[in-house]
Amino acid sequence: MKKGYVTMPASIESIAKSNLTSDNSPVANALSRRTSVRRETIIGWLFVLPALVMYAIFVLVPLVMSIRYSFYSWNGIGEMTWVGIKNYITVFKVPNLIGTIGNAFQLVLYFSIFPVGLGLLIASIIHRVAPGQFGEVTRTILFLPQIIPLVAAGIIWGWLLSLSGLVNEILNAIGLGAITRAWLGDFTWALPAVGFIGVWVLLGFCTVLLLTGINKIDPSLYESARIDGATWWEEFTSITVPLLKNEIGVCLTVTITNALAAFDIVYVSTAGGPGNSTAVPGIQIYILAFTQQRIGLASALAVLLMILVVIVVIPIQRLSKESTL
Amino acid sequence: MKISRGEYYSGRIFLLLMMIITVLPFISIFTTALYPSGTIPDGLSWPANPHWENFITAFKVANMSTLLASSTFIVLAVVPISLLISTMAAFAIGQLRIPGSRFLLFLFVFGLTLPMGGIIVPLYYLERQMGIYNTRLAIVLPLIGLYMPFAVYWMRTHFINMPTEISEAARVDGASTWDLFWRIHLPLAQAPITSLGILMSVWTWNQFLLALVLVEDPSHRTMAGALGAFQGHYATDVPLLCAGTIMILVPTLIIFVIFQRQIISAMLQGSIKG
Repeated sequence: MKKGYVTMPASIESIAKSNLTSDNSPVANALSRRTSVRRETIIGWLFVLPALVMYAIFVLVPLVMSIRYSFYSWNGIGEMTWVGIKNYITVFKVPNLIGTIGNAFQLVLYFSIFPVGLGLLIASIIHRVAPGQFGEVTRTILFLPQIIPLVAAGIIWGWLLSLSGLVNEILNAIGLGAITRAWLGDFTWALPAVGFIGVWVLLGFCTVLLLTGINKIDPSLYESARIDGATWWEEFTSITVPLLKNEIGVCLTVTITNALAAFDIVYVSTAGGPGNSTAVPGIQIYILAFTQQRIGLASALAVLLMILVVIVVIPIQRLSKESTL
Repeated sequence: MKISRGEYYSGRIFLLLMMIITVLPFISIFTTALYPSGTIPDGLSWPANPHWENFITAFKVANMSTLLASSTFIVLAVVPISLLISTMAAFAIGQLRIPGSRFLLFLFVFGLTLPMGGIIVPLYYLERQMGIYNTRLAIVLPLIGLYMPFAVYWMRTHFINMPTEISEAARVDGASTWDLFWRIHLPLAQAPITSLGILMSVWTWNQFLLALVLVEDPSHRTMAGALGAFQGHYATDVPLLCAGTIMILVPTLIIFVIFQRQIISAMLQGSIKG
């Protein structure tokens, strides 16, 4: 891409050319060229305008409002009182609030490490032993949880992980009856259980994405490795993983963003409980704003959440993009 | 091919196991849905006399026909408008390359990873002021805005790769900017527009947070939002809740089976571009 082209309408040259044939005076030519350039610019901006207006009103304005609210104490109806950075101090001081960020990071571990790790494993197995129809079926079935509403995933697993649900029934059947419990109601196990739901949802997505990546790798690399009698593990560590850096980066970005911004699954399966053990920022923002009417505090947490996502996502994007250069 | 028999079978058994783990939850809620309403059934066993009428009850109490209509309306309002205005913007940024393109692109990309939780509170107060709170517009309008970063970025990737010679040739023939867009570039952009349309339809259908916060009346919500309300009412009646969940899943699953190739590839491309 030539640099000069970026800021200039592509059609200037052709317009200038047609002007030259109709008018030989250089002054008139320059004038009409300037007006047509300006006309082009205006028309171009008119094309952008509808999208820009919708984006500005429903995303940028609320974003600025969030930042503004975060410096006030407000119950949503009465007077707004300026409190400076007091809301932010409260977020960092109160264990239940700062704890949501800790919970979010724990969810990041479950949501990203397991789907990406297991996804790599499954994708490479499909590539090695089931390149045909069997692999095709596997990939479609594993992808299924990705397209259903997260709310439905939360409801389904809310039932499966309950005291008389399928998970405990299977544990009983294989002789692990001693560890059965209401998983989502247990202070220690609720967060890992929510994490597990995330794994179920995201695994297929990661698998399919990584599989597409593997299929792009030059098959001769695998062929020569197999001629040398490479085991599955050698193939996996020396070819598959290093050459999939880009796809792994994409998977991590998607899964981590999903974990930090989690709301639907948690809201339906545990609503943040028991106690505050599964409360993530999204849930806490909702509770603070819509059941406790503490808009300022909710907004401070919202701003911190947005900053958090940017801080976490940008380095991953950088790293995975660099490796392809 | 130097794959041992042992590896071949153990690999396939492992894959089979993963498929079973993925599908079991669906089977479990299906068998559960057939137990008598109000009982607490076992996880996976087939009921002695299946109560198929649970599905009819769920269809009625969840107000399913209204919900389908409401969700369809929301998708039909959001997706075509989003497609049109994002494609127009991307055309100006990626093909016309108007002055300020870089800034505009930066502005849109800035919103790509924005979590919805970050702006949901002000959105609520904004919509109360605008008087659209608790109407379908309360979901439709913000969704269009929220899709713009991704949609513009997606379509711009297409337009930046289209040779400008096409536009120049049309200009020489006296085409206006609108003709250029509508007659020449839009037909050429059909493939990315279709993928984007599929993606935004699925996202809209499954949208929960906006529906929960901005629309009190479940019959004006999206499918996912209505499911949340349904759960609130029937949390203790497990068979009915499962029947309702299945009813709400069926349309999505049918669409997935029909368009699975397009949906999977659109979702993958979407994440790679994003």
